[in-house]
Amino acid sequence: MSWLENRFEDNLIITSLDWAVNWARAGSIWPMTFGIACCAIEMMATGASRFDLDRFGAGAFRASPRQSDLMIVAGTVTYKMAERVRRLYNQMPEPKFVMAMGACTIGGGPYFKHGYHVVKGVDLVVPVDIYVPGCPPRPESLMEGLLRLQDKIRNQSLARSA
Amino acid sequence: MKIEDVAAVLAERCPEAIEAVVADAPNPTLLVKPERWHDVASCLQQDARLRFDWLRCISAVDHIEEKLLTVLYHLHATQPGDGPVALWSARGELAVKVRVPRDNPHVRSVADIWPAADWHEREAFDLVGVIFDEHPDLRRILCCEDWVGHPLRRDYEFPMEYHGIPAVTEFDMTRPQH
Ligand code: SF4
Repeated sequence: MSWLENRFEDNLIITSLDWAVNWARAGSIWPMTFGIACCAIEMMATGASRFDLDRFGAGAFRASPRQSDLMIVAGTVTYKMAERVRRLYNQMPEPKFVMAMGACTIGGGPYFKHGYHVVKGVDLVVPVDIYVPGCPPRPESLMEGLLRLQDKIRNQSLARSA
Repeated sequence: MKIEDVAAVLAERCPEAIEAVVADAPNPTLLVKPERWHDVASCLQQDARLRFDWLRCISAVDHIEEKLLTVLYHLHATQPGDGPVALWSARGELAVKVRVPRDNPHVRSVADIWPAADWHEREAFDLVGVIFDEHPDLRRILCCEDWVGHPLRRDYEFPMEYHGIPAVTEFDMTRPQH
């Protein structure tokens, strides 16, 4: 992930620092404002007051990839859009995470058979950390995905892996 | 809705431009010769008795067995025509078909008559590959500029790779199955 990772021996200072860094990172996953198709509606619903993504510190949808930690790819990725997705991903600062939301982003979804223009899974374009299935996933699923991403972040360590 | 009246006006203004009049269909249709389509279109739009001032939609159909492409125009008259000869006491609708050979599909653009035709024609060009002559800006509108082929043609082959992104299809299917 970031340049600090895997550089230090495992000791008390590092593990305490790990805990603090991961606590901060997991509690402030700022997603990028990035909805491509119908799934984006559920993403917006998740951000709105009923489901309130802010409870997990992830409600600050940033309009710039340079300020965001998480790219929720919410919708059908076409070949035309895939180039832009890749560019946005490259512009995000480390540590960065990608969540594939919905059947389309996971594997083409309803467009798998006849969609000449749909990328059959956004993992062919950018590395994906969390897959959230559904068409569209309910806000609860998206929040579950976010919680699993927090688990993933909490398991990161600055220490060199043995 | 009297398609025969429209055909009569057109027979007077642009003789021998109509190939067929399909009156008993749910949506009455005129079949117009491609080389006369621009004259017919300006007549449909400008004749005081017709005044089809709204082009609602352009669709293109691929008839692969007959080796034809059909371009289908849906017209709408938002005002009744003026004068005592007005055909339309209420709003009128009309569908016009233009058939062109599939391997050389040239249709005269009507973007100068109905500005709405501009983007519709670009879409028909992009997805079905109809070439609209004298269109102001005939570029692809939905697919990328460097896309190969026209995706809604019946014999279109799926791309297996695009800018380094591999395409996966079920059972190695490379063509749409209808
Ligand atoms: S997975 Fe379903 S809801 Fe989501 S973008 Fe695809 S079609 Fe739309």
